[in-house]
Amino acid sequence: MKNIILTISENIPLTENVWKAVLTGENAGVPVPGRFVNIKIDGLFLRRPISVCDSDDNSVTVIYKVVGKGTDALSKMKIGEKLDVLSDLGNGYDTTPSGDKPLLIGGGVGTPPMYMLAKKLISEGKTPTVILGFNTKKEIFFENEFRKTGAKTIIATADGSVGIKGFVTDAMKDIEYSYIYTCGPEPMLKAVYRASKTSGQFSFEERMGCGFGACMGCSCKTVTGYKRICKDGPVLSKEEILW
Amino acid sequence: MVNTKVDLCGITLDNPVIPASGTFGYGYEFAELYDINMLGTFSFKGTTREMRFGNPTPRIAECKSGMLNAVGLQNPGVDKVISEELPKLKKIFRKPVMANVSGFSVEEYAEVSERLSACEEVGWIELNVSCPNVHGGGMSFGTSCESVRTVTEAVKKKVKKPLIVKLSPNVTDIASMAKACEDGGADGISLINTLMGMRIDLKKRAPLLKNVTGGLSGGAIFPVAVRMVYQASSAVRIPVVGMGGVESAEDVIELMLAGATAVEVGAANLIDPFACKIIIEDLPAVMERYGITSLKEIIGGAKNG
Repeated sequence: MKNIILTISENIPLTENVWKAVLTGENAGVPVPGRFVNIKIDGLFLRRPISVCDSDDNSVTVIYKVVGKGTDALSKMKIGEKLDVLSDLGNGYDTTPSGDKPLLIGGGVGTPPMYMLAKKLISEGKTPTVILGFNTKKEIFFENEFRKTGAKTIIATADGSVGIKGFVTDAMKDIEYSYIYTCGPEPMLKAVYRASKTSGQFSFEERMGCGFGACMGCSCKTVTGYKRICKDGPVLSKEEILW
Repeated sequence: MVNTKVDLCGITLDNPVIPASGTFGYGYEFAELYDINMLGTFSFKGTTREMRFGNPTPRIAECKSGMLNAVGLQNPGVDKVISEELPKLKKIFRKPVMANVSGFSVEEYAEVSERLSACEEVGWIELNVSCPNVHGGGMSFGTSCESVRTVTEAVKKKVKKPLIVKLSPNVTDIASMAKACEDGGADGISLINTLMGMRIDLKKRAPLLKNVTGGLSGGAIFPVAVRMVYQASSAVRIPVVGMGGVESAEDVIELMLAGATAVEVGAANLIDPFACKIIIEDLPAVMERYGITSLKEIIGGAKNG
């Protein structure tokens, strides 16, 4: 965890309600995929936790959906404005058990963490396949960015407007994989959990108070005891999930 | 040079700033960021006899200048606190710590308090009779004078450390509650715990919290805390630990002027993990600005005029 002031260097819409922001500053980097930042928004009491999509030494890219007051205010902020950020939060994905052919599955605004993860796995010499699930064509974002990483990228849309018609689990059927990494809405995580033939890591979302393990606001029960989504998660291994 | 030292039930605090129970865990997350030995002390997560998960999520909701929580006393239980948390804590915190105790029966309060008070790391027992988020325990002990006096008396008989009873603001007459604690033998009182609140999700037309209601904390409740500390401290001779929405060194001084001997900081820690460090560092300059040379001399100072 670090508390850092970052400057907005980009803040653009990717779809009707999904935005991408790049936050820059010295030592801004978040080294592990699957971690998150917790952003203070003027006038709102609680910070807003957002997963990290990409990062280098001096920048963090976040992709967020405008769903309420916090994300709406963030979308209206201009280049050059500064943000108070608690950064490098959560455990993130562990790439050591991935095997050669990991399968990455992201749904909706659960897709961004898969981007940095795909890049990391490729840099380790692995051959990831990525499945991105959306409801419909106009909600798709970052497809080209994923393709540019070199990862085989498959799109599934619920209405069939692009790619495979159906859910991410329909796209999983014919793929051979060594391990699963996933992030998305809980019904999707559950479906992937049931369909998965290997071990894997699942990233969860919960309403948070502090985001760094102090308040017990986001606890969940697991096979290995009570865990705080913000501190002991957001990534849980398949074996510890109580489904 | 200003003097920030205060005496809380016979133990000297370097400064009156105490992170409140439930907002500071066992200190580890904060010790990663700064040396928590600069604190007056801190009150650790409310401990019960058995391990508790607490309430289902969502447990957190936001509101103007504050938040609601319905955590529901998640804790590892007194055995693990003594065998695991306190030895770990000893490595990062050298001062006496405040042990926050909750329960579901007078016997449970007494037993857990007795066991924690026997630990050398513990300086004070803070008896939480004011948690609004559990059913059949917590606040139900702290909303009638008779039951608060009964539980205070029972615990006082068992503990060797100063006993501070943490009171709920969800009562009609805080002064009589404070008096009941003093009559029961409490060495001090602390207040206020959270105010009962509720929010509703307009899209779902349902409560935001799974527990339906939760405890309101944050800056929104500060004036209520000032009023209740003023009234409670006027009714008793034992020291009062003030809390409720404290966010700055000025807030600390205001609560002390209202009658607090020391001040707990709660929700502010969750938004800014450095909140207590900043308050402590700001205190000397703010004291000088208001012509204060020694903090203990201003306790209850607003009542002199």
